[in-house]
Amino acid sequence: MERTISFTLNGKPASVTVEDDRMLLWVLRSDLGLTGTKFGCGEALCGACTVIVNRQAVRSCSVPIKDVAGKHVMTIEGLGQSGLHAIQAAFVKHHAFQCGYCTPGMILNAYALLLKTPKPTAGQIAQHMEDNLCRCGAHTRIVDAIEEAAGGAR
Amino acid sequence: MKPADGLSRRELLLSAGPGLFLCFGVDSLAAQEPARLPARQGYPTDLNAYLRIAPDGRVTCFAGKVELGQGAMTVLAQILAEELDVAYDSVDMVLGDTGLCPYDMGTFGSMNVRNFGPALRSAGAEAKAILLQMAGEQLQAPVARLQVKAGVVTDPNAPGKSVTFGQLVQGKRIERHMEGVAVKPVAAYTIAGHAAPRKDALDKVTGKAQYAGDFALPGMLHARLVRPPAHGAKFLDADTSAAEKAGARVIRDGETIAVLHERPDLADRALGLVKARFERPAPTMDDKTIFDHLLKTAPPLRDAGSSGDLAEGEKAAAAIVEETYLNSYVAHAPMETHSATAMVENGRATVWASTQAPFSLRQQVAQAIGLAPQNVRVIASYVGGGFGGKSAGAQAIEAARLAKATGKPVQVVWNRAEEFFYDTFRPAAVVKIRSGLTSAGKIALWDYKVWGAGEREAKSYYDIPHQRALSAGGWQGGNPDGMHPFAVGPWRAPSVNTNTFARESHMDTLAAKAGVDPLEFRLRHLSDTRMRRVLEAVAKQFAWKAAKAPSGRGAGVACGIYSDACAATMAEVAVDPKTGHVRVKRVVSAVDVGLAINPDGLRQQMEGCIAMGLGYTLTEEVRFKDGEVLDRNFDSYQIPRFSWMPKIETIVIDNPGMAAVGAGEPPIITMGAVIANAIHDAAGVRLRQLPMTPARVLEALKKG
Repeated sequence: MERTISFTLNGKPASVTVEDDRMLLWVLRSDLGLTGTKFGCGEALCGACTVIVNRQAVRSCSVPIKDVAGKHVMTIEGLGQSGLHAIQAAFVKHHAFQCGYCTPGMILNAYALLLKTPKPTAGQIAQHMEDNLCRCGAHTRIVDAIEEAAGGAR
Repeated sequence: MKPADGLSRRELLLSAGPGLFLCFGVDSLAAQEPARLPARQGYPTDLNAYLRIAPDGRVTCFAGKVELGQGAMTVLAQILAEELDVAYDSVDMVLGDTGLCPYDMGTFGSMNVRNFGPALRSAGAEAKAILLQMAGEQLQAPVARLQVKAGVVTDPNAPGKSVTFGQLVQGKRIERHMEGVAVKPVAAYTIAGHAAPRKDALDKVTGKAQYAGDFALPGMLHARLVRPPAHGAKFLDADTSAAEKAGARVIRDGETIAVLHERPDLADRALGLVKARFERPAPTMDDKTIFDHLLKTAPPLRDAGSSGDLAEGEKAAAAIVEETYLNSYVAHAPMETHSATAMVENGRATVWASTQAPFSLRQQVAQAIGLAPQNVRVIASYVGGGFGGKSAGAQAIEAARLAKATGKPVQVVWNRAEEFFYDTFRPAAVVKIRSGLTSAGKIALWDYKVWGAGEREAKSYYDIPHQRALSAGGWQGGNPDGMHPFAVGPWRAPSVNTNTFARESHMDTLAAKAGVDPLEFRLRHLSDTRMRRVLEAVAKQFAWKAAKAPSGRGAGVACGIYSDACAATMAEVAVDPKTGHVRVKRVVSAVDVGLAINPDGLRQQMEGCIAMGLGYTLTEEVRFKDGEVLDRNFDSYQIPRFSWMPKIETIVIDNPGMAAVGAGEPPIITMGAVIANAIHDAAGVRLRQLPMTPARVLEALKKG
């Protein structure tokens, strides 16, 4: 059913008039032009499309747009709008990426972790990041970067 | 064990951090270096093809290479900044754009630094020499007296007088030319050979990095195509009326049926409304029967390197050991699926594509839509992983054809199932080795046959008096029809993952048979100094303790060569006897890639190799039946995850006396064997088929 969905996007009011069962990923990428959120698998299996909805990391390829009505959505474009966020800075410093395609999802999933658990152990980080896939093999640097961001943010 | 004398005397610890940096002498370097550089072989002779200097001094570097994540952007900027004597931060990179960059055959085989590097160095050196000549004229000083730092030329005899490269060139082409300018000696490097911040970092952490599927053009349509259910299926007919009723545009061209919509997900929904019928192929084979099929259908074995006389080897052997090794089809599975955005207008086409080979793709696109190649521009912006799988660019041809047919820009982004279906897999393979040991525990005979994988590194580098390597069929094409049931192609270190797994597993089998420590056994058969050096370096870092395998500790060793780079790896594993699950606890790897232009970039590649290598070693195999690819997503096809990661230690043997060779692959070739050997050391069972899944490990444990 086509209807108007209003929500907060990266701190600003947003509203789209679309089929309400379309997935958030495609509305973000195609209707709203925010291409930092990536398509990887389409079935919530890889985490490339991870965004933050009301402080939780969600897989935007599997969240219908109607589910975010009235909620706060944050994409990679909304993080560190006034200078790099500590997680982004740590990813830069540790070279915690190679091809970069999984990186927005990694960073936002880490962001959700640090909201809940500000000082995670390396084991907690790995556990929380487990279902975000990286094919280039930057895993150990990603864990190092998140650990540093957690320390540096205090 | 005691390190070789050469290592302990000459090694010098330069930096700690995530890995060690060992430095060796730079003697005779200056004399050898220029002679080794063929000036821009296969690349343009005009230096303006490689660089442009803006009035503000910023330097734009043009290269036909592609940033796949391997750090091409960074390492090429280092090379140019070094040679030109400008600040690394002042260099901007333009990569993979056929409209702007010098021709390049493609980004694969770890050839960025090896092949393009010398051309770029030479262009940078020529440009700097010309700029100094121009500066000498302007400052009225002899060139020999001038000094240059970060693009500013000064005359020590005239303090306060200076001129910048930007002022000299003023954004124009450099019209002068100089022949035979020597490049900088490696010993004088201050930028290359040192760590550098990645050029792509800010784009990638902020989401600004644009991949081929991120380009949006006015009026653009997203296309989804009808696909057969299996390779070899025959198209019968299709009813597209429901898709059209739902507001999608349908293009039919023979058996190609595309559904297009302004929104990608709505194109996908409309595709779901198309009723297409296919006739499935007759039953052929599956992932279990493939190995017999390969042996039956492969072309005749061809010589891939032999020496000595096998009959003599048979005579000298006191014991014969024969084994068969199997390897499966493996997918590239980059996180970014094949993507392209195409625009065809006024007889010209522009295609943004995730490709490792923009120039060959330009030819293919031109041919497909009937344009001259010079009227087609292919732009490989950021590419979300390649690993060899983006050498083929069928998605870009689909997008270009549909853009021509609709008169609108068209984007094609394969979904994950299409990515698995059309991937050019690493080929499945069979290796048979017949070997003989003398009563003194030396290898006298080595008869190696490989079917399916390809001949690279099929010949052993161990000192074996009588050996033969034969190879039949491979990843490069030229296989008989139907030998591989789907497309195969280069997969990170093509041929060499399989050949290294077989050779290094077999070396351990022979070491156990001879009752000798597997490292010692290798060293006894090695005179190659570079290979000895990486083995000794890794053993020292790992704190390898000599023991006859299986020792119960779960320690393994393997080494190998890819593209003139040497790698040695040691691993520690634990095997769960109840589940068959293998936990890789620690991996230490050492490489010698000659001069390391970017040591941290090299370490990133090594870590990536170790992480990615865990996949083909432990879980990854493409399952298929009668042309249907059964793995369609990451639920059944398991790639390495965070919890799998071992403690990783990397050692870069800096060897600046040797020109830089490929650095993107070396450790990955050792992963299959080092884990197989460690499993044997832990549990006393030998697995000779990859991947070593829990089920296969359990089966081996049961057999004992």
